[in-house]
Amino acid sequence: MAGAGQPNDGLRSLSLSGHVGFDTLPDQLVNKSIKQGFCFNILCIGETGSGKSTLINSLFNTSFDDSVSTHFHPNVRLKAQRYELHESNVRLKLTVVSTVGFGDQINKEDSYQPIVDYIDAQFEAYLQEELKIKRSIFNYHDTRIHVCLYIISPTGHSLKTLDLLTMKSLDSKVNIIPLIGKADSISKTELQQFKRKLITELVSNGIQIYQFPTDDEVVSQINTIMNGHLPFAVVGSTEVVKIGNKMVKARQYPWGIVQVENENHCDFVKLREMLICTNMEDLIEQTHTRHYELYRRCRLQEMGFRDIDPENKPVSLQEAYEAKRRKFYLELQRREEETRQKFVQRVKEKEAVLKEAEQRIQAKFEHLMLMHQEEKLKLEKKRKALEEEIALFNMKKANAELLQTQPMVSTPISLKREKDRKNSSFT
Amino acid sequence: LCAGPVENKNEAAMSELVPESRQKPVVPMKPVGINANLLGYIGIDTIIEQMRKKTMKTGFDFNIMVVGQSGLGKSTLVNTLFKSQVSRKSSGWNREEKIPKTVEIKAIGHVIEEGGVKMKLTVIDTPGFGDQINNENCWEPIEKYINEQYEKFLKEEVNIARKKRIPDTRVHCCLYFISPTGHSLRPLDLEFMKHLSKVVNIIPVIAKADTMTLEEKTEFKQRVRKELEVNGIEFYPQKEFDEDLEDKTENDKIRQESMPFAVVGSDKEYQVNGKRVLGRKTPWGIIEVENLTHCEFALLRDFVIRTHLQDLKEVTHNIHYETYRAKRLNDNGGLPPMTSETEENHESNL
Repeated sequence: MAGAGQPNDGLRSLSLSGHVGFDTLPDQLVNKSIKQGFCFNILCIGETGSGKSTLINSLFNTSFDDSVSTHFHPNVRLKAQRYELHESNVRLKLTVVSTVGFGDQINKEDSYQPIVDYIDAQFEAYLQEELKIKRSIFNYHDTRIHVCLYIISPTGHSLKTLDLLTMKSLDSKVNIIPLIGKADSISKTELQQFKRKLITELVSNGIQIYQFPTDDEVVSQINTIMNGHLPFAVVGSTEVVKIGNKMVKARQYPWGIVQVENENHCDFVKLREMLICTNMEDLIEQTHTRHYELYRRCRLQEMGFRDIDPENKPVSLQEAYEAKRRKFYLELQRREEETRQKFVQRVKEKEAVLKEAEQRIQAKFEHLMLMHQEEKLKLEKKRKALEEEIALFNMKKANAELLQTQPMVSTPISLKREKDRKNSSFT
Repeated sequence: LCAGPVENKNEAAMSELVPESRQKPVVPMKPVGINANLLGYIGIDTIIEQMRKKTMKTGFDFNIMVVGQSGLGKSTLVNTLFKSQVSRKSSGWNREEKIPKTVEIKAIGHVIEEGGVKMKLTVIDTPGFGDQINNENCWEPIEKYINEQYEKFLKEEVNIARKKRIPDTRVHCCLYFISPTGHSLRPLDLEFMKHLSKVVNIIPVIAKADTMTLEEKTEFKQRVRKELEVNGIEFYPQKEFDEDLEDKTENDKIRQESMPFAVVGSDKEYQVNGKRVLGRKTPWGIIEVENLTHCEFALLRDFVIRTHLQDLKEVTHNIHYETYRAKRLNDNGGLPPMTSETEENHESNL
């Protein structure tokens, strides 16, 4: 197998006259990766009760305490759990995302959208990090989903419509490995038929499932065989049963014991082999170089970037970005102008209203002034009248006093009578 | 077998210029620090083998640049390092040929294989460096070349439809040859290293070290180290990039004792004590290149090739390239003739 590119990229091949030592390069690389640790993210889709949690527990030999799910979730949710597993000197940051409530709703139209959204969100987060100016992509915790284990119900008939729709919407975004869950409920012959039927259906619907890579001589043979066994019929169990003198993971029935790790009983061992021991690296690489790149291409094009402009000349992202920026600023300016004009308009209107109010108040004021004037005049008149009366009264008083001082002999009675007469003329 | 707690990942910040981002669905991510009892073997440690196999298949690229005045033995040293004729020795300039007016950059690539590992090795020679009467700014063509490689990589990286494996022509390592005067560094040496240590990994080597006695060598090295420190020149391995204590102790030892490596190169073999060794024959004895008591070639070789080759590439990619990229995306005033935009700074690329 040639190295970088086709036969030596047209470069001369030299032979070494002694030991140089760069054969340690893979070790140097591996040591660095070990220091950094590895990330692996699994998405597990399956109806409630299809055996997802048990399968994960069996695969990773753990017993995560999960409470048993109910069937009454109003919509499909995703539940993510993160673990750090150590084995010899390998640190693996494992994330398992499971669907909750998948297939339970009466109306399943929105069942797969949350899953698609979740996968896209992880791609988006990575893309955003990659596009940052100051980025730290080499110690970025990768949350992109590397493999999707799709658990098909062991009906023995065919794929459900929900399965078809979900897998169709995911096959270009993630590596799908279809599994038949709770495979101990199907007999061996039925299983072969079922598998064939499933593969035919997948192919005829154009659903691309993950194929184990066959280009490397070392693993191509085993991978080809395994590809022929898809979908894997799995059984999971966290309970152990004593068989002979060994404790094995198994499910005990009155009619026998189904051993999880017995290849005659189910394909669990094949799944573990393929998923973890042989192809984990390839799954990660496919996710990055195929699925992520596709997402990135679509997303960038969506955002309006392209590699070649209308004149078919290559456009640099920088130029495209500049063009976008200019457009954006123009838009901003336009909006600013619009807002400003609106503001001016509003101000004018308000001014008119206020002016009108002012005029009304002015009129009112003048009217009041007028009334005030009139009142004043009236009061003036009254005052005058009153003053005249007072003057008259004073005059009469003066006269009366004058008359009083004159006739001193008048009988008191006659005076009194005079007084009375005078007084009565006043009343 | 044990497990540990996991930290939450921070969401990437969104720039204002990206139109409506996709709504992130609410996924309750509780980081579980679980007491996962691992019983039995799972097989996750096979990922090491998987990774090793993958890298053997894809092969490695390595680009090494040699800088120094002519006659310091650059080509010979590179040929000795890689035990093959990767660099053609220039036989000097005779009267008929013109001395190049500026520094030329000559990159020659070869493919070499060892132990199943394929390496595409590119040796970048810089004839004319320091050879003119007036050597002002003779590092500029070199700096320009290095930045051009970063630019090439960046252009590929920002493409919408991009290659599966972006061809890497970036300079991973620059061996700077110091003349063994025994006194101190020359102004040209300091100028070059000051400018270039910020854009590329520089490994200073003392050339033709067979002209110095052991004491002269030790003193010279100490003086050179002091001068580099006083001038703030960070050569590879840079202190600030030591990842952990283990790295730091290992690199400290190299930085403070071994570097700069005093080397002798040769592609001729002689018989010494019944063994065939690479060496230089002189009237007073044979200088064995790979003998640690004679010179430090073996240290240089082990350092560059056997232990730190991958790290050289990673520092180039994760630090020098990222610095270039950030600067380039930020200022737009960049290097001629690559850009012609004049814009103010902005927060993020998109």
